[in-house]
Amino acid sequence: MAKTLYDKVWDEHVIAREGDMSLLYVDMHYIHEVTSPQAFEGLALANRRVRRPDKTFATMDHNTPTVREERLSIRDKLAKEQLDTLAKNCQWQGIRLADMWSEYNGIIHINGPELGFTQPGRVIVCGDSHTATHGAFGAIAHGIGTSEVEHVFATQTIWQKKLKNMGVKITGTLQPGVYAKDVILAFLKEYGVSVGAGYAIEFYGETVRNMSMEERMTLCNMAIEGGAKVGMIAPDEKTYAYLDGRPFAPENMAEKIAAWSALRTDDESAYEKVLTLNVDDLKPQVTWGTHPGMGVDVDEAFPAPKDFNDEKAYAYMDLKPGQRPADIPITEVFIGSCTNGRISDLQAAAKYVRGKRVAEGIRAVIVPGSMQVKLEAERTGLADVFKQAGFEWREPGCSSCLGMNPDLIPEYAHCVSTSNRNFEGRQGTNARTHLVSPAMAAAAAVAGRIVDTRQTEVRHETV
Amino acid sequence: MKPFKIYRGRTVAIMNDNIDTDILIPKQYLKSVRRTGFGAYVFAPWRYDDAGKPVPDFPLNRPEYEGASILISGDNFGCGSSREHAAWALQDFGIRVVIAGGYSDIFYNNWLNNGHLPIVLPASERAFLAELTPEEEIEVDLAAQEVRARDRIFSFDFPPRWKQRLMEGKDGIDLTLTYIDDIEAYEAASERTSNTVVDKG
Repeated sequence: MAKTLYDKVWDEHVIAREGDMSLLYVDMHYIHEVTSPQAFEGLALANRRVRRPDKTFATMDHNTPTVREERLSIRDKLAKEQLDTLAKNCQWQGIRLADMWSEYNGIIHINGPELGFTQPGRVIVCGDSHTATHGAFGAIAHGIGTSEVEHVFATQTIWQKKLKNMGVKITGTLQPGVYAKDVILAFLKEYGVSVGAGYAIEFYGETVRNMSMEERMTLCNMAIEGGAKVGMIAPDEKTYAYLDGRPFAPENMAEKIAAWSALRTDDESAYEKVLTLNVDDLKPQVTWGTHPGMGVDVDEAFPAPKDFNDEKAYAYMDLKPGQRPADIPITEVFIGSCTNGRISDLQAAAKYVRGKRVAEGIRAVIVPGSMQVKLEAERTGLADVFKQAGFEWREPGCSSCLGMNPDLIPEYAHCVSTSNRNFEGRQGTNARTHLVSPAMAAAAAVAGRIVDTRQTEVRHETV
Repeated sequence: MKPFKIYRGRTVAIMNDNIDTDILIPKQYLKSVRRTGFGAYVFAPWRYDDAGKPVPDFPLNRPEYEGASILISGDNFGCGSSREHAAWALQDFGIRVVIAGGYSDIFYNNWLNNGHLPIVLPASERAFLAELTPEEEIEVDLAAQEVRARDRIFSFDFPPRWKQRLMEGKDGIDLTLTYIDDIEAYEAASERTSNTVVDKG
């Protein structure tokens, strides 16, 4: 019987079965300060230990201030307690930690791949729903709750019901000014935010093949926004090239590549469901509402409300059907997050910024996804492009994606954001989020309103 | 974990679809290192106004629903962030059973892991439950996989392994550790083919 990529990785990790549940081995467990303390406490109360600290990697990302001076003395006592608790717990159990001062600090979904911990064929879990990101390497990777974190700590395994297989075939060539973020937002607009519940999504097709690893991570990152906790892409030469030379990449790469090459779906008949998306004519996407599927093309009018859920979204966003993205009174721009905080995201954004200024009345902030991204941007002059244009240039972290640190969007402000969720209150109480690509965010910062990044006059150079 | 038998309780309905975990427990309340104390903040963005005062007509604030422990809701309940704090907040508030049109996969497991029932019923049956008066009790029978309200009986599907575990009230980690020999054997075999993390310090 034809098997999918998901089936193959799954089968290699099953240790036991009970009814429709399987006990899977976990190759890599990522942790951070917010969803781990109760799990460590549970271990202590039961007199248990972390079974495989060598397969566990910790970072500080959700709570960390992004202003350097604020890191030295964190004013939020609860945030500080969470960060200190993580450091203490990692020391207690011998877990490798990239703390705030590490050159490898960053958002777990950015520094995990950077370090080479994320590899094809692995089962990877983390107490964070955007763990789907790591599926871009051909791993089964998904978010788990804190009880499951404790279970993985104690056993290095997790009980799962096998998901159904969904293939998402993406074809066509993106126009200049249109990016992977637009592809996933268009997918969510077309198919909704629960289409993937109960499924593992595999993205495939020529568009996906042509994407860089960083673009593929953006795609898989937001599979969860479609309800699929797993998003995957079959590994290929780009995957291997990305991994090669990373600190924790395998030493026997040639041997590994031979094995990884088998990690692909036999044929489309193996999927229970196939959805398609052609991106030849895709325009930049902007969300108007309070979930990521509530989006429009950059030049499209907001739709008439379908039900009370839509009406509630319009009321919260203080927008009306018939308005267009250019009508949104934006005052905040945030570029960063595990979705779009990588170096290629900053390179794309810089194309719309070089030699220009942030528009009056706009506060624009760039938060690199990791210290490695920050250092590279500073080394290559990208950071100067942003700073000279009037952007704030910060230390890495989750920042305004969810505002657990001091980076809150003010009440009622409209924020153009490269993050992944536009839920009510996500970026700050009553804050209004509009999800876009890094290019769209940068162009909006300069123009003072949302503009179309396909227009050559808003781009500094051809993409 | 306490064994789950037959549960009787009163219902409260919040029928919105796609209730995300940022609504169930906003991020400003995630900074605790404990599992308790989140109940005061469950549904905070809808439960309190901008001044922090309770919104009078929000169901969880209405006195007639005080003590209601079975939440009736819409589709895709608990979507978004994996934060188990959402489950802890509902639990801390006193909710023991959620009956929705569907769940995010991660919330579903989180709710189960705290010993509570995520039940899926179709829209027509949930509409019936949402119309019950605040004082009416309904019965949730895990063994029979039935929700009983007035003279109606609604059957629901439930994952068999979880059913057994909840009815026995056993610790999940202890159960898994009965497989410790298999786990060790798996590790020994897979580490020979080196799909593991090598500590390079």
